[in-house]
Amino acid sequence: MDEHDLTCQELVELVTDYLEGALPETQFKRFEEHLSACHDCHHYFDQMRFTIRLVGRLSESHLSSGAKDELLRLFRDWKKELPEQEKPENLEE
Amino acid sequence: MLTIEDADIIQGLRRGDESVFVSLFDGYQNSLLRLALMYATDQRLAEEIVQETWLAVLKGIHRFEGRSALKTWIYSILINRAKTVAQHEGRYNNLTLSLDEQAESNEPSVPIDRFHPDDDHPYPHHWLNGPSDWGDLPEDKLLSDETQKVILAAIDDLSPNQREVITLRDIEMLSSEEACNILGISESNQRVLLHRARAKVRQALEEYLER
Repeated sequence: MDEHDLTCQELVELVTDYLEGALPETQFKRFEEHLSACHDCHHYFDQMRFTIRLVGRLSESHLSSGAKDELLRLFRDWKKELPEQEKPENLEE
Repeated sequence: MLTIEDADIIQGLRRGDESVFVSLFDGYQNSLLRLALMYATDQRLAEEIVQETWLAVLKGIHRFEGRSALKTWIYSILINRAKTVAQHEGRYNNLTLSLDEQAESNEPSVPIDRFHPDDDHPYPHHWLNGPSDWGDLPEDKLLSDETQKVILAAIDDLSPNQREVITLRDIEMLSSEEACNILGISESNQRVLLHRARAKVRQALEEYLER
């Protein structure tokens, strides 16, 4: 990177690198200087953080699954074969 | 490398302790299903992939050496299975993917017409119409089901690699190291994909929230 200050158009490409701590020190400083002086970029940066938070909320949505009973049955079948399975004969696959 | 919790779970499974299996299932099922849905065309197929994953976990637990965290191992099994299934269905194609991805990495995070072009402004490349302050929006709107749907649709529109990375990082909250291990990509490639993915979801949100 050359010596000039970051432009807004450059800053928007660096947000994830900044958040991941992946910017080299000089870039990091330019990023923070620009952010503290530029309202628009500050809003953009906040929008990216909102986005990350809102995407994270998808983990709270519960997907229904009827698989548990079937899987427990399979687990019990598997368990019955446990002693055999400890011998190194289980090489098919 | 293995945490004490992981080691206990592995021991429990090897003994055939059903309660250990049930609590592992309860902790992971939702995430596994969500990950499988990234690749599968429908819920039924996703459930099948998850089921096969659990069976592979049981089959492999005696051979699991703990060189990665248990979670990383389970997610890797699932993602490998899911990719195989999706490839059969023609939904996931590595060859066309890498070309798409190259094109996408040159794509700007924000459309260029949002900025002053080169030389007609004392502050070149400054915002023309800057982003608004989402802090001013009502919380109910940000947290509404409708907003969630917009985000889901935006994630669905991403390229497969972008979708994988944003799901592992921002939904499943894995570290970048874990995500890179599971997907077999470099840290810098991962950051590019994550950034593109976030930028596109942000844009979809902006279009929805500010219309």
